Amino acid sequence: MAHDTPEKIRSHAEHEYLKKKRSTEMRHQLTSFAIMIFLTLIAFTMVAAGFSAYLIVPIILLLAAVQVVLQLYHFMHLSNKGHGTVAFFMFSGMFVAFITVLALVTIVWW
Amino acid sequence: MSSLAQKKGFGAVIWDYLTTVDHKKIAILYLISGGFFFLVGGLEAMMIRIQLMKAGNDFLSAGLYNEIITMHGTTMIFLAAMPLLLAFMNAVMPLQIGARDVAFPFLNSLGFWLFFFGGIFLNLSWFMGGAPDAGWTNYASLALASEGHGIDFYSLGLTISGFGTLIAGINFLVTIINMRAPGMTYMRMPLFTWTTFVASALILLAFPPLTIGLFFMVFDRLFGANFFAVNMGGNTIIWEHLFWIFGHPEVYILILPAFGIFSEIFAIFSRKRLFGYTALVFATILIGFYGFMVWAHHMFTVGLGPTANAVFALATMIIAVPTGIKIFNWLLTIWGGSISFTVPMVYAVAFIPSFVAGGVTGVMQAMAPLDYQLHDSYFIVAHFHYVIVGGVVLGILAGTHLYWPKMFGTMLSEKLGMITFWFFFIGFHLTFFIQHFLGLMGMPRRVYTFGADQGWDLFNMISSVGALFMAIGVLVLLVNVVLTTVKNVRVGNDPWGDGRTLEWAIPSPPPFYNFAQTPLVRGLDTYWIEKMEGNKEGMVYAEPLGDVHMPNGSIIPLIMSFGMFVAAFGALYFLDDTKPWALAVLIIGLGITFGSMLVRSLKDDLGFHITKEELIEDAKRGGNTDGLK
Repeated sequence: MAHDTPEKIRSHAEHEYLKKKRSTEMRHQLTSFAIMIFLTLIAFTMVAAGFSAYLIVPIILLLAAVQVVLQLYHFMHLSNKGHGTVAFFMFSGMFVAFITVLALVTIVWW
Repeated sequence: MSSLAQKKGFGAVIWDYLTTVDHKKIAILYLISGGFFFLVGGLEAMMIRIQLMKAGNDFLSAGLYNEIITMHGTTMIFLAAMPLLLAFMNAVMPLQIGARDVAFPFLNSLGFWLFFFGGIFLNLSWFMGGAPDAGWTNYASLALASEGHGIDFYSLGLTISGFGTLIAGINFLVTIINMRAPGMTYMRMPLFTWTTFVASALILLAFPPLTIGLFFMVFDRLFGANFFAVNMGGNTIIWEHLFWIFGHPEVYILILPAFGIFSEIFAIFSRKRLFGYTALVFATILIGFYGFMVWAHHMFTVGLGPTANAVFALATMIIAVPTGIKIFNWLLTIWGGSISFTVPMVYAVAFIPSFVAGGVTGVMQAMAPLDYQLHDSYFIVAHFHYVIVGGVVLGILAGTHLYWPKMFGTMLSEKLGMITFWFFFIGFHLTFFIQHFLGLMGMPRRVYTFGADQGWDLFNMISSVGALFMAIGVLVLLVNVVLTTVKNVRVGNDPWGDGRTLEWAIPSPPPFYNFAQTPLVRGLDTYWIEKMEGNKEGMVYAEPLGDVHMPNGSIIPLIMSFGMFVAAFGALYFLDDTKPWALAVLIIGLGITFGSMLVRSLKDDLGFHITKEELIEDAKRGGNTDGLK
């Protein structure tokens, strides 16, 4: 039966490989976590420093976009193998939604 | 008891269809109910043509005429064309990719029943105080001013059936991404599977705007909100945008599967590999993308300003490019082929000039300045009937003939099929070609009559005669279906003799588990490759014969959808002072729906296994058990 998953005993080499892979993954996650905290700090500092809203709003939106990408790739494992279709659908969906909303908003309220 | 054991009473068959989760039976349900609504919509079309047969006719009153044109459009698009295409997608797509069923059989059934109850709800408006009368586009200024409950039937009915379609679309996406047989790479998928895939993606992205629009409409009309009410600070144009952000992709949702059916037909009956398969695939994807960027071309005369009009005019013209690529690829597929003019092939050949005519008038309307002249005239009516009837309906009729043996195991009569074709084809051009000129002469659409001094009498008469021809064609098709079913001459795996894809490698109709062993796909047109290499079995297998895991049937989808149906009545009468029970009905209906969801969540249903021995036994009997228990 294809549904049965047999118990597997890992060899020493496999074990070492997995250990190494996991520690790199952990390092990536911690790095991106640090970056995200840093980005959030920038956002808060900008507001606290009292810059013009026309400067703050676009920069915060940009930072948000970066955070979303970091979140998707490092915490939600979009970078892992076999996620190509998911990524394609997400980005084409975002693209379509962005164009549509942008066009709608500019036509109706500009 | 063996899971393949059969006992066939009439009641058992009905119960089997009410509870089925088998994609092939759901396809038959879609075909029957879509066909029924097609007849209803056709009847409405006949009434429109009788009314417009002569100047100053009083066959229908102005108000009733508005209701009939609204219901004709809504029924044909949402309740006839889409379900009929979903029928073919359900029947054929899982077979083409070598899957035993769709990814979520339960959801497949739920999608069908939601569509069915939504459609019934919408049509009950005829008997419960009047149908919707604001046109199939239901523009908000008209809709909010409409008396009675017609518009509420429209918005609630389409909300329910829209859920169903969305569920079906997601289901097909997951199925195609995850359940392809080993070796079936994306670029080996048959073109009908590809168009199903892209159409499903369009459903996924296009239905949410409609749902939002309908939601706003329901709240405006039934719960006193003001999204579209201009005098309260709302914006009536937003409805038009939301509707067409959905509506334009919607027409591609309709035409792409029809393109897929025609692609299969051209390859099968020209006995050639599709010319430019890769180009066809990318053209399909491009059409899907562009489909979202052109919606405002339905609104050139709203007053969006020259910039918006220019952008959308250009975007619209670009769509002609991938469509043109497709047309030339089909022509080159036929070129030099060993052609057999069977009924499906005749439909496919007739489709090319008909659809191109509709496409050309489409590009004419894409020019915003010209559109100011053509807008709301019969030219528009002629255009969209050329693409919808000349593309989608011809595709559905061709698909009916092509896939009938695969769905029912019998061949529709070729002779009666030809009669249907000629009546329908001649009638179609007779009805709609002349409407281009009526439009250019200034006849407006959606107006219930015209004066004798306007010079439109003869052309309208000709148009009505054409409609009669189409009706005769459809009646002959019905006779054909009845005769074929009564004669019941069974056919083998590949009744057309030239099948290329996996569905033709298995019995007609296939056993309820489709493939006893999952096939191994070795290239585009799998079955053709095996045939050419002299493989008598028609496939090579990717796994040894073993137990097959199957889902259990369930009545829950029907009950869940029925709950929505009941709740919709509650919402419909919510504001009526004379009906204090409305709130209770709303709550009871939602209670039924959520209760059945709860039952579904709490009750484990692990399905059942067909054992290897049963599969071997079934293969000896011809291997087409329908799984009726």
